[in-house]
Amino acid sequence: MVTYQKLKVTLLTGRTIEQGVGKEKGKTSQEYVDSVTVCFIDPEDLRKLGIKEKTNVQVSTEHGSVVVKALKSIRGPHSGIIYIPYGPWANVIVNPETHSIGMPSLKGIPAEIEPAPNKPLLSLRALLNQQFGKD
Amino acid sequence: MPVVKAVTCPVCGSLCDDIELTIQEGKVVKVKNGCAMCESKFLGYNGEHRILKPLIRKNGEFVKTSVKEAVKRAAEILAEANYPVLYGWSSTNCEATRVGIELAEEVGGVIDNTSVICHGPSILSVQDVGIPSCTLGQIRHRADLVIYWGSDPWSAHPRHIERYTAFSQGRFENSAWRGYLTKIKASQVRKKIESAVRRVFLKEAPSIPPLIRREPPPSIFREGRKLVIIDVRRTRSAQMADYFIQVEPNRDYELLQAFRALIRDEELEVDQVAGVPVEYLEEVADVMIRCNFGVLFFGVGLTMSSGKLRNIDAALSLIRDLNMRTKFVIMPMRGHFNVTGANTVSTWQTGYPYAVDFSLGYPRYNPGETSVVDVLLRKESDAALVIASDPVANFPRKAVEHLVKNPLIVIDPHMNATAQMADVVFPSAFVGIEACGTAYRMDHVPLPLKKVVEPPRGVLTDEEILRRILSEVKKMRKKRQVEVAA
Ligand code: SF4
Repeated sequence: MVTYQKLKVTLLTGRTIEQGVGKEKGKTSQEYVDSVTVCFIDPEDLRKLGIKEKTNVQVSTEHGSVVVKALKSIRGPHSGIIYIPYGPWANVIVNPETHSIGMPSLKGIPAEIEPAPNKPLLSLRALLNQQFGKD
Repeated sequence: MPVVKAVTCPVCGSLCDDIELTIQEGKVVKVKNGCAMCESKFLGYNGEHRILKPLIRKNGEFVKTSVKEAVKRAAEILAEANYPVLYGWSSTNCEATRVGIELAEEVGGVIDNTSVICHGPSILSVQDVGIPSCTLGQIRHRADLVIYWGSDPWSAHPRHIERYTAFSQGRFENSAWRGYLTKIKASQVRKKIESAVRRVFLKEAPSIPPLIRREPPPSIFREGRKLVIIDVRRTRSAQMADYFIQVEPNRDYELLQAFRALIRDEELEVDQVAGVPVEYLEEVADVMIRCNFGVLFFGVGLTMSSGKLRNIDAALSLIRDLNMRTKFVIMPMRGHFNVTGANTVSTWQTGYPYAVDFSLGYPRYNPGETSVVDVLLRKESDAALVIASDPVANFPRKAVEHLVKNPLIVIDPHMNATAQMADVVFPSAFVGIEACGTAYRMDHVPLPLKKVVEPPRGVLTDEEILRRILSEVKKMRKKRQVEVAA
């Protein structure tokens, strides 16, 4: 059994044009799901993790843990920072703390990332079912 | 084929109103002038994800039902609830929001819109500090320095730069587009030469990562419109900029305050702030002071990261300071096409822009207490109505947990994660395509939305669905009062 390297990173969430186009098409469309189940990682960090692009990775924070697909970021260099587009997958791991102003903390969350080539990407239904027991 | 001109795009807060649609047999077949998101919406809205019949959950499964039945069930849920949440509103028209507020008052619930999770902190700061702003038209014609901070317009508001800022042709300022093209060409030629040189002379793979520039590009000192991007990542927009400042995550506040000091001609006794060398900052501060009409657009990159509303305080104060030296304005980059309208309607009806609580019979506003995520995290609500929004996809998991545990009504044209978890689902007409109405652009200019095609048979508008629920709720409550009195 191979053991993989874990990496401590900062998680950002946000918008991408693909997610914007996908969401207008329909929130259950494949385009949308494909656009929000990814994680953009700096090439340097991919190397440290010892994986290639398109490998599944598990991203964990103190709020939860989720499997997404690693993609090489072309917005670098930003080693130590990972980026997941807004969506049901990102929500599993963001920080709900609103600091008494109504706004959860969706950017700059400490996270840990590790390769998970053998763990599947969940479908939207499966994810909702796993998280909330309802679909 | 009929072509409808001057259609307002119902996607993002830029609310471009120059879209031309070709209609054939009651369908949109061609979109002119729109960006990728706009095209995706107008051409793809009627896809397989459309809901056509009201749905009610029975024994865990959705069953199709009539509008009447669904209205009855929804009204029951709301009338029985003690503290329901009514959430969404930023992707529908002002007319629907108006009915929604009446409904919230009737049922004594909390009504909140999506600004709570995007520009809520900006609103709080504006209430504290004030905001010097203007319309996008003025910016288009006059701004010679455009700064985007924590915002990636290329991805979230694709036509913003082209229509209102750096690449638009204004009356007093020229588009910087040509200069940008020259820059791109030059850099492509340079890259080609470099890689050829490497291949021929050095025999190495042309894949060395580009070095970060250590000196500011000369374009920052030229005349004419300038574009500056400040962000944590080198976004697509950053690639077009004359100057890009990469700030370390969660350290925007420091950078803003550093700019404030520099603008007041104070010395910074450090080498760098938030990962940016002070010389760079001095140069940009200089450009800020020397411009004739500057504008700072800020995105959720500022409101969502550490500091939240304090970042906006600092940004607003920076603009206030700059106005001592030159003319500068500031504007939040609002996301959904009518989130500004949701705030506006809420303000004129209740006095408050979002997070309004009617549980005491009169409107109360205390974000952090009456805001939807907090109500959900404290597990206080006992039912919810969600309209034109997808909180299951946008709220942190803990908040969603409570939302889906209680009865949930969803009004939406499309099936989405929230609708999938609902107890009652109403299909609705697409506002701005199948229903007309009013929406507010990010600069608070109201624009008419057009109805260009008919909705599918039997599918009502958001406004009509809410009206029916409201009248049913009123009936039920009256009946109950009579029963209690007897
Ligand atoms: S920039 Fe926004 S409003 Fe303009 S066409 Fe694109 S999505 Fe529509």
